[in-house]
Amino acid sequence: MYRYDEFDRTIVNERVAQFRDQVRRRVAGELTEDEFKPLRLMNGLYLQLHAYMLRVAIPYGVLSSRQMRRLARIARVYDKGYGHFTTRQNIQYNWPRLEEVPDILEELAEVEMHAIQTSGNCIRNVTADQFAGVAADEIDDPRIYAEIIRQWSTLHPEFSFLPRKFKIAITGAPNDRAAVKVHDIGLRMVRNDAGEAGFEVIVGGGQGRTPMVGHVVRAFLPVPRLLTYLEAVLRVYNQLGRRDNLYKARIKVLVHQTGVEAFTRLVEDEFQAMAEETPQVLPGGELARIRACFRPPAYRTLEDHPATLTEALAADPAFARWHSTAVSAHKQPGYAIVTIALKPIGGVPGDATAARMDAVADLADRFGFGEIRVSHEQNLVLPDVAQEELFALWQGLVSAALDTPNAGLITDIVACPGLDYCNLANARSIPVAREIGKRFAALDRQHDIGELKLRISGCINACGHHHVGHIGILGVDKKGVEHYQITLGGDDTETAAIGDIVGPAFPAETVTDAVETIVGVYLDRREAGERFLDTCRRIGLKPFKEVLYAAH
Amino acid sequence: MPCRLEGRAMAFKVVTANRLLDGAVVWMAPEERWTECLDAALVFESDDGAAMLAMAGRAVTDRLVVSPYLIDVAPGAAGVRPVHIKEVIRAAGPTVRPDLGYQARLSPVAR
Repeated sequence: MYRYDEFDRTIVNERVAQFRDQVRRRVAGELTEDEFKPLRLMNGLYLQLHAYMLRVAIPYGVLSSRQMRRLARIARVYDKGYGHFTTRQNIQYNWPRLEEVPDILEELAEVEMHAIQTSGNCIRNVTADQFAGVAADEIDDPRIYAEIIRQWSTLHPEFSFLPRKFKIAITGAPNDRAAVKVHDIGLRMVRNDAGEAGFEVIVGGGQGRTPMVGHVVRAFLPVPRLLTYLEAVLRVYNQLGRRDNLYKARIKVLVHQTGVEAFTRLVEDEFQAMAEETPQVLPGGELARIRACFRPPAYRTLEDHPATLTEALAADPAFARWHSTAVSAHKQPGYAIVTIALKPIGGVPGDATAARMDAVADLADRFGFGEIRVSHEQNLVLPDVAQEELFALWQGLVSAALDTPNAGLITDIVACPGLDYCNLANARSIPVAREIGKRFAALDRQHDIGELKLRISGCINACGHHHVGHIGILGVDKKGVEHYQITLGGDDTETAAIGDIVGPAFPAETVTDAVETIVGVYLDRREAGERFLDTCRRIGLKPFKEVLYAAH
Repeated sequence: MPCRLEGRAMAFKVVTANRLLDGAVVWMAPEERWTECLDAALVFESDDGAAMLAMAGRAVTDRLVVSPYLIDVAPGAAGVRPVHIKEVIRAAGPTVRPDLGYQARLSPVAR
């Protein structure tokens, strides 16, 4: 893992001291709320429905067991015993007291964490493939570049007051698990004809009110030019992005209104001008230093498919079922990547109690070199587990009630906090997720349905990623009553697509029935080997509409 | 607590805000106090909204609360109840966690 150097430590400690003084001044009456609000937001502190909410950055979703234990401690000591992992690989606490937030930030700083740039019109936490560094299909480890971008973008004076917030995602693999096409900038590692690794640069994707799939503005960017090119994109946006209209301020609107070709030309011109001024490249020594932080752990020499695993799979159907959803291919023979679904049936997607956070930290220490990842699908990942220890790990997960075998299935639902917590929401998300979870709880049925990404947002801001769900559900307020609009065919992978609205919204009482109807159409119409998304793409919306709205 | 306004067909309002120090949901009560109990809130007719907000402004200056605003309430058998679902949730707590928020003060049966 990356460890803070003196600069990181100084920046974070100084910020804690600064915010402690700002809170003191606010409470003493030296700052009004209007003066204080932008300062607290710069430290991730929102005021939500019931209380303050603190959003803590988890850089590119990577956590050590020590950090996870600290997150658990904060939940226990300063909050109400739990935290919520978000679709941006962060964690949110729902009940902190203003006076104690400086203490929380100090506790975070002790484990090299903070809440800087988790709000505001700046470059937010860079997100990455949760399988970074271990995925079998990877070209290069995206954590190296995510960390470089983190250092470059932290408190960058030129990009502290952008027209709007700015989100960068990065994947090192051709199979996109980081949703790079629906970010302001998406970076995808590719190889050129000479076999060199570089980046495909995608700009102008995003969700929210105006969902768009991003456009490739650079097919191949050499690694050493990464920051210069990002800077060129940000400069064009900073200069031309709209500041007069909140709803048109994101870079996707600029790209759309300027046209991809013209926008690309502006970026390339800026890039060339910068190159002539100062030919900036990432210093090789620095690149090597950061790369060294992400050296693989001390793997043992092991074989794939050890006999102990094969025997356990044959002997224990519950373990086999969990294994079929939770385990992904690792680049190192004899090892596996394990997804821990935070989606218990009837539970709150992404929530974890302090006890479960501690349990995951303990299991990471016992079985996974002490490393944990947070995925944008609100799950946790142990990236380095020996295959021969999977059964013992699973037993540990069972003890902590973290063994729900539903990763990637219909009950692995992504949902924003919705109107149960959020000031912006129009409707509740979590109760809908719970009802759908209960309706599809039967494991045989879930496994028969297969891969299905269901995503729920409580408002058009789309924190629940509904636009890119295979089935997307958007909560809307119809004359004070919660309704839910359904989209089909969304996709957040390398074949990204925005889902299409299937028809008029459903009241809360019938939205689960509607999902069941949709799944029924799929089961009736699917051809051999087709996932829900494949069938959806092949047959289009019409067959779903016909059944859903037949009675109307 | 029985509601004095029961049966009257008028638009009623209360002022709500969040407490500065802990962010807790509060409502303005008589004599410029702030209460964690909606039933103890000062209920008034819509026409008085501006005056009541001005009064709430003093609590902002005194750093008791932040961002006060008016909400619609309807009288019911068990006291006033917010008209909009968002304010119902603010008054009770997350609907998915009956053990949290003000609803947690009630017995599980009464929830």
